[in-house]
Amino acid sequence: MTDPKQPLPWRHVRWLLASLALVAAPHTLHMPGWTVALIVTLIAWRAYVGYARLKLPNRWLLLLVAAAATIGVFLSYRTLFGRDAGVTLLVVMLGLKLLETRTLRDAMLLSFLGYFLVITNFLYSQTIGTGLYMLGCTVIITATMVSLNFAEAEPPFRVQLRTAAMLLAQSVPLMLVLFLLFPRVPGPLWGLPRDAFAGASGLSDTMTPGSLSSLALSDAVAFRVRFESQIPRAKDLYWRGPLMWDFDGRTWSVQFFVYNAPRIEAEGDPVSYEVTLEPHNRRWLFALDLPAVIPPRSIAGTDYQLYSVQPVNNRLRYDMTSLLNARFGEVENRYSLHRALQVPARYNPRAQELGRALRQKHADDEDIIAEMLGLFRRNFVYTLEPPLLGEHPVDEFLFSTRSGFCEHYASAFAVVMRAAGIPTRIVTGYQGGEVNALGNYLIVRQADAHAWTEVWLKGRGWVRVDPTFAVAPVRVDTGIFAAVPRTDPLPLMVRTQFEFLRQVRLTWDYMANAWNQWVLGYTPERQRWLLANAGVDDATWQKLTAILFVLAGGIVAMLTALALRRLKSRVRDPVRIAYLRFCDALRRRGLPRGAAEGPVDYARRLERARPDLAPAVETITRLYVALRYGAESSAGSVIELQRRVRQFSA
Amino acid sequence: MYAALRNRFYTWLFRWRGPETGAIVLVQRRVFILPTRHGLLFAMVLLVMLAGSINYSLGLGFVLTFLLAALGVNAMIHTFRNLANLRITGGRARPVFAGDTAHFTLHLENPGETDCYAIGVTHDRTVASFVDVMARSTMPATAGVLAPKRGVLRPGRLILFTRFPLGLYYAWAYVDLDLRCIVYPRPSPSGIPMPPAASSTGAGSERGQGQEDFSGMRQYHRGDSPRHIAWKAAARDQGLLTKQFTGRAETELWLDWAQLPPQMGTEERLSHLARWVLDAHAAGLVYGLRVPGTSVALAAGEAQRERCLEVLALHDIGR
Repeated sequence: MTDPKQPLPWRHVRWLLASLALVAAPHTLHMPGWTVALIVTLIAWRAYVGYARLKLPNRWLLLLVAAAATIGVFLSYRTLFGRDAGVTLLVVMLGLKLLETRTLRDAMLLSFLGYFLVITNFLYSQTIGTGLYMLGCTVIITATMVSLNFAEAEPPFRVQLRTAAMLLAQSVPLMLVLFLLFPRVPGPLWGLPRDAFAGASGLSDTMTPGSLSSLALSDAVAFRVRFESQIPRAKDLYWRGPLMWDFDGRTWSVQFFVYNAPRIEAEGDPVSYEVTLEPHNRRWLFALDLPAVIPPRSIAGTDYQLYSVQPVNNRLRYDMTSLLNARFGEVENRYSLHRALQVPARYNPRAQELGRALRQKHADDEDIIAEMLGLFRRNFVYTLEPPLLGEHPVDEFLFSTRSGFCEHYASAFAVVMRAAGIPTRIVTGYQGGEVNALGNYLIVRQADAHAWTEVWLKGRGWVRVDPTFAVAPVRVDTGIFAAVPRTDPLPLMVRTQFEFLRQVRLTWDYMANAWNQWVLGYTPERQRWLLANAGVDDATWQKLTAILFVLAGGIVAMLTALALRRLKSRVRDPVRIAYLRFCDALRRRGLPRGAAEGPVDYARRLERARPDLAPAVETITRLYVALRYGAESSAGSVIELQRRVRQFSA
Repeated sequence: MYAALRNRFYTWLFRWRGPETGAIVLVQRRVFILPTRHGLLFAMVLLVMLAGSINYSLGLGFVLTFLLAALGVNAMIHTFRNLANLRITGGRARPVFAGDTAHFTLHLENPGETDCYAIGVTHDRTVASFVDVMARSTMPATAGVLAPKRGVLRPGRLILFTRFPLGLYYAWAYVDLDLRCIVYPRPSPSGIPMPPAASSTGAGSERGQGQEDFSGMRQYHRGDSPRHIAWKAAARDQGLLTKQFTGRAETELWLDWAQLPPQMGTEERLSHLARWVLDAHAAGLVYGLRVPGTSVALAAGEAQRERCLEVLALHDIGR
């Protein structure tokens, strides 16, 4: 920057407008239409004013527009705070500031705001694509700053861009060290706005006919799992989520109060794994049936459902051990068993009649279950597009439509069992998952959402019964795609016939997973884990800071050395070197060259002092003068000079 | 008291050591660097970004914040490097009249392999000129210094500085080269009319210089008036030749200190004499100058003008 108060020429305005427009562009996707129009107008206005060298608008006019825009934002969002309103306001104010940017100093300020705007984009998206786009924006903002700091002459576009890219590239090592070692504090530092995490999808705390089948159309990732040893068989992959006890005739819902289970009492085959859960804004965690440990900062209900203490607003990673084929809950309290038998009498009378009939027919609970599953197996259809159900959904499903998705089967089964006097509860969660061979981990998608039941049998405790398995065993064995009719719409990722496409998507998911694990999910815990693996146990923040300073200091020293190394000229002038050798040889013979003596004068003096050397001195001087001061520059002459000097010095 | 203490502190801190002759190489200990106001603002923006990243657990926010922090550190190295190892030699400064701005030329040589951009030279930190010095090249840069009074102007410490590439840091070096510039007395605006030219007292055969009759050409010498250069000959590639004219040296104009009113002070006299010199030169006359202690023989042309003004500038200075 030559003079901070210097008015801003058009070439700078151009850069500034381009970089800010690029950074603000993704925000227009979620800003109200009128603000987008306002921003575009402001940018176009500034561009015209800058291009045509007109005067900038009056400050009072801008203040007026700013006040109007603030009121507009308030009316659009009903608040000025929170993520969406705040970002919209910031973008609008930035546009107005553009029209007030007169000097180089203002332009620098706007560049800083540009950097800040980059970070606000990450509130909405942190994918690899966003990251790359924003990296590009950062390079361009930096190039803008570089161009602001050149002297009057406008440097070529590529010099600015190259300088900016080089500056950023050289910063990467230090950035990595800071990223890995800067002592991380778990957020949030202050209260988050309510809309901070809007838009996450996943299971809900209620289940009605159709709620899971709509989820099955989404191939969004629910969570990813890395197993310590072999991945269990598909039919053991029941990811237990929210348990539902209460039924109002149509909707199943989770219990409102959770009674904390001090510890989990169960036995089975242990399997250990690590879950990376995508944010879903709810508190429940997912674990294979049946979780054996309670992760930190979470609790377990008496039904062994896991809850995080905080809603899962960020990608959450936890280590888990589960017991497959577990036996648990043999001793259950009366209150719970009573609750697991409640069915509203007003609704679904025929289903309840069926349950009572089954009870009269069989004394043994297991026979009742077997007969009910047999009923499903005979003439029911498993489909993603079941017909709509009316006032008595279970009755209509069981006796007329006979086609449904897993929630229909689970719900109908539970109602009949409860009517037959067998305590039953609904479990929602996910079933199966896709193995990504590339990273040897399991991807569980929303499309894998599933619902099944747990029944309580005397002497055996709670036992998992999956009615869907009776209708469509392939659903459990190979996945949803094989189980539903080919005409049903299904997300691309779940379909198996596009093998190549699937491979591409799996590779992409592998990269996305690595990105999630190491860039987005680099939490205080992971930092501690990394340092423990590197041999630094018990990494306090003091220790971290010390290591950070040593490494950062080393990098800065290296960068400095690299930068200063190129300051000294490394170009060697062979002509000069040869002549200096010649002078050295003469100095050894007692005839040093004077401090201010030119080569020709020197030669003349030498010829008088040592006539025997005259021919050699004459030739060398003539060659040197021709090469140094004359038009002569051929390689032949240089070699000739070097040869003569060698002969002379020998 | 305070100023004196500060001066001593600065002398120690910045190793001020008086004028130096020859070339100054800006070795690393001669270059100083501090963050600019923008640099401090940048640091504050980074702190806000860091707090935001922690609060919202933004993985990419951390990446960006740390990348920019590293950029800030890297910018310091680059700003420093942009100035370090330049080789500075002093150049000529054309004489100026008192009250004008003298332009001191410095030659900045960049012996390195990387280009140096936007290097400013200033004397008073308010007005600066900027140059880019490409790798392995030399560029002149000028520092404007106000010349308040006639005599010899020594600019003293000049400041070379740069904020390139990002404007977050200000790197500077003090350069105290033994530079000087002759400052002519300010010519008085109007004046006492020039003394009349005396008629020639020399022999009639004397070959004097005049303006009337063309007598031949000779090799160009510095100081010859451009009006007398044979441009046609120059266009024919015969080198620069100066046309010579003869006229009988009919007039002999002596600009004499003693011709001015006796009540005038020294500076006023010098001002008037300077005015006369300029007027005589503009009229293309042959003139001489007499001041106490010195006199300049009769002649005409640019060289004569400079010679006379210099005598006036240096009259009775430091002796």
